[in-house]
Amino acid sequence: MKMQVFVRLKSGVLDVQGKAVERGLHDIGFGEVGNLRVGKLIEFEVNEKDTARAKDRVKEMCDKLLANTVIESYEIKSA
Amino acid sequence: MKATVVRFPGSNCDHDVEHLYGSLLGASVSVVWHTDRDLKKPDVIVVPGGFSFGDYLRTGALARVSPVMESIKKFADDGGAVIGICNGFQILCECGLLPGVLLRNIEMKFLSRFVSIKVENTKTPFTNKFENNSVITCPIAHGEGNYFCDEETLKSLENNGQIVFRYCDREGNRLDSDRERNPNGSLHSIAGICNARGNVVGLMPHPERAVEGIVGARGSDSGLRVFQGLSL
Repeated sequence: MKMQVFVRLKSGVLDVQGKAVERGLHDIGFGEVGNLRVGKLIEFEVNEKDTARAKDRVKEMCDKLLANTVIESYEIKSA
Repeated sequence: MKATVVRFPGSNCDHDVEHLYGSLLGASVSVVWHTDRDLKKPDVIVVPGGFSFGDYLRTGALARVSPVMESIKKFADDGGAVIGICNGFQILCECGLLPGVLLRNIEMKFLSRFVSIKVENTKTPFTNKFENNSVITCPIAHGEGNYFCDEETLKSLENNGQIVFRYCDREGNRLDSDRERNPNGSLHSIAGICNARGNVVGLMPHPERAVEGIVGARGSDSGLRVFQGLSL
């Protein structure tokens, strides 16, 4: 089963990278851009047929390594 | 005294620490690899700076799951003295031995310069050779040193005296919004903290690079005192 994990900075956390990218877009003529934030997409396959069980395992992976829940939230999707 | 330095793939301040304990303080030094579990029964453990695992995923994230970290956690839980410097601080935060996290520097740039820091807690094994509120000079060299935690944690750090080092000017005055004094944008100008018990300390500045006057920061060797707390 193919899994996707989206890792995002929590809303209260300042995203300086996002700010820099937003400024870059403004500089090349995309002035309509606002509130840009940069996250991560992590994709992998798991050897598991049961979706609920796979998601439980991936949640554990997120809490232990893939995300730092002090500053990041995550969303798990199966494809 | 016996010191153990942990080496990860990408550590680069391990040799400085080995030098200062071995050559300057006459300690016996062991270097352990990240896959080792035997810490060689030290009096102190140093998690040095560098770019462990290339800073992949997040700074310190992959080091956190290295086998050696389980032994370090146990050593710290038993009250052993542990210090994390720069990337070592990031690793100690990632693995939960210290609260909070180090975000990217507020102005995005990698910072390599001297800073003044004030010692505000002199009860830890790494600061007990300092007078309270003394100001020392150390280099910083990091891209992610912007200390962040939630409000509740910040309040408890302040109330429990867990803020060990704070960025300041040469007179010891702090101004959080001033990038001269607080270059990376850390909350409350935090440069280093300890756990509630005080035996685990982490800081972004490099005291191990300010241990000999001839090559020390602005000619200062006051960083050496950080490592003398246990030896004398």
